[in-house]
Amino acid sequence: MCRGRPVGHGLTRREFLLAGVGAGAGLLGLGGCGAARDQAAVAQAAASGGARYTGPPVKLGFWNGFTGGDGQVMGQLVSQFNKEHQNIKVAMVTMIWVDFYQKFPGAVAAGQGPDVAVMHIDQLALNAARGVIVPLGDVVRSLGLQKSDFAPVIWEGGIYKGKRYGIPLDTHPLGLYYNKAVMEKGGLDPDKPPQTRDEYMGAVEELKGKGIKGSWVPTSLYTGWMMFQSLLWQFGGELYNKDVTRATVNSDAGVDALTWMVDLVKNGYSPSNVAQDADVIALQNGQNAFDWNGIWMINTFGAVPDLQWGVAPLPQIGTEKGAWANSHNFVIPNQPNPDPNKLQAAKVFINWISQHSLEWAKGGQVPARNSVRESSGFKKLQWQPEFAKELPYVHFGPSAPGVSEIGQNILFTAVNSAVLGIKGPKSALDTAVEQANQLLQQNRQKYGG
Amino acid sequence: MAAQGIEQTGAQPTPPGAGYPTGGKAESTSTFSWTPYVFLAPYLVLFTIFVLVPAIFGLWMSLHNWDYLMPKQPWVGLQNYINLFTPGSPTAAFFWQSMKATGIFTLFSVPLLVIIPLLVALILNQSFRGRNFFRAMYFAPYVLGVAVVGILWRYLLQPGFGLIDYYLGTDVAWTTAMPWAWIALVGMTVWWTLGFNAIIYLAGLQDIDPVLYDAAKVDGATRWQRFLNVTLPGLRPVLLFIITVTILASANMFGQAYLITQGGPNNETRTAIMYIAQEGLQNFRMGSAAAMSYILALFLVVISILNFKFLSQKEED
Repeated sequence: MCRGRPVGHGLTRREFLLAGVGAGAGLLGLGGCGAARDQAAVAQAAASGGARYTGPPVKLGFWNGFTGGDGQVMGQLVSQFNKEHQNIKVAMVTMIWVDFYQKFPGAVAAGQGPDVAVMHIDQLALNAARGVIVPLGDVVRSLGLQKSDFAPVIWEGGIYKGKRYGIPLDTHPLGLYYNKAVMEKGGLDPDKPPQTRDEYMGAVEELKGKGIKGSWVPTSLYTGWMMFQSLLWQFGGELYNKDVTRATVNSDAGVDALTWMVDLVKNGYSPSNVAQDADVIALQNGQNAFDWNGIWMINTFGAVPDLQWGVAPLPQIGTEKGAWANSHNFVIPNQPNPDPNKLQAAKVFINWISQHSLEWAKGGQVPARNSVRESSGFKKLQWQPEFAKELPYVHFGPSAPGVSEIGQNILFTAVNSAVLGIKGPKSALDTAVEQANQLLQQNRQKYGG
Repeated sequence: MAAQGIEQTGAQPTPPGAGYPTGGKAESTSTFSWTPYVFLAPYLVLFTIFVLVPAIFGLWMSLHNWDYLMPKQPWVGLQNYINLFTPGSPTAAFFWQSMKATGIFTLFSVPLLVIIPLLVALILNQSFRGRNFFRAMYFAPYVLGVAVVGILWRYLLQPGFGLIDYYLGTDVAWTTAMPWAWIALVGMTVWWTLGFNAIIYLAGLQDIDPVLYDAAKVDGATRWQRFLNVTLPGLRPVLLFIITVTILASANMFGQAYLITQGGPNNETRTAIMYIAQEGLQNFRMGSAAAMSYILALFLVVISILNFKFLSQKEED
């Protein structure tokens, strides 16, 4: 990607075409290949050292997709940061994630992007490959961040093609939510959520005997797709082969995982055609006992008056433990005209938030930083430590551009068609693998290697 | 400027019996004038920048594996189009499923949106107490944005907990099962947009000369005969306008399915526009998305031509 091309020498093809389209729209001079310039600027900023900023006052744009309760927590952290740092003013802009991932690349390329942003770990490779974000090796060095400071799985997840693109803030895994009142109604011990396959099947069978469908299977992306991936890993499967050239969800593990989900519906432990969030509402209303959902739900359930609920690590259904998770990472956009002062200020900001991630964790996250996760403050939290137990076996998708989209659009469609009873698990997954393989090949052509 | 122009021509009285307004005569004798082009210019500039150039550029795009952020746009020739017609390709099945979804929605919503508003307009055209109130009421939903309407109906339709299931005493999965999802989407769209069509009809009804009705009555025509022979012919231009506009609006359906069913169950309510947006703006496969847009455009062109033929035939009758 334009490596070693002299800066500001002629127009790239893209610039030329864009200029053609938007004649008079001020698109001329749009930076096409700013990565090289940026790296130099980051290195320069790194030389000024450490986690302090002593330059002239700067204003940092900070974009994220924290539209839920998490946005309030981040907003409070930002205003505390602004109070403590006289020469840095962070202005936070929040939009829903879907919009964020559409707008962010365009805004950055047009020089209208923020100075720092938060992105999910599974989006780093795509945005790195598209030249939207810059490698952060120098940021890591100047802040003195070490692999040993973070949970290894999260730290490794931020690397694409040997370079680091994200500074991890947290992880948010899937867990097992349970309604205690419903469990009691089914004659179960409300303080002992099922943790093995036998316990789980025993529990839903008991509930079924009392006329309760105890484990609703979601048919929407959130969290049907996360539930399937957790099960896939539990049965020893993988979404793709090692070098991400082929999808492998139609393995025995994949078929076993999907069959187990489908059988929950077939055997009457879940209604068919569960609508988006209906599993959650049913748990709140005392119609559902177990819901596989993300850590972000603790605030939602916590806000329901008189709801007797708890959360535990996911039960082990397959041959090993496994849980889907994602992670928020700080990224630095690829500015057409990077400002070393802003870069340094952004580093200070990232480092400060990372150190204050206990506050962030209270909003429903597991902090990525070991020191915070091992602090007594974190251990005192009611629910988050349950999710932290899953850290040794959480999985993220592979670090390859475009695979997250293939998963959501192609593979999840197959999972869903099986759960909805339209296709059998094996044939659904076979079709999806064929389509996914073609897209993987297109992606290799497009993004290289 | 435009308004002024209209006023001026409007002020010109047309002599009864004259085939053309006086302006037409002047044009043939005058020498070349920049004036009409200057008046056209603002529109032409916008049309060129926002329609013509993107349309041609999109064609170029559809021949590449296009991503505006990548330094290279690999040339793929007609591959994006070929993929759409190759069973088993990553896009073919989804694309035609989405075209079918758009087709189904158009097929079911257009007749309802042509007939129901007409009935509503006929009722609202009677004189009765509170007529203006009802006219406002029927139009009211149309002023709401699709986001408001979508979220409102998502609550109402929520399977198991929604008010609709509650009042009907049913347990229908309105948003996650077939054919209920289509019934829900078509139903809410009719509720949402019928006011607009009804108002157009109402304007059309009020344009029909009451003398014609009186004459028909004198001739002993029944209510139904009067409707068939006076009302319907009188509404013909309005009817054709409504059919055209409603077909195009239905073919562009996006927001309702996006907000209420998220294209589900199993992508069956994901419309063509929704899939194209996803392919281009979320998956960043803009070449492939552009190719799909041209296929969709082709379909709409064919429908418009048929529509136009239907229209001119009627006028010849």
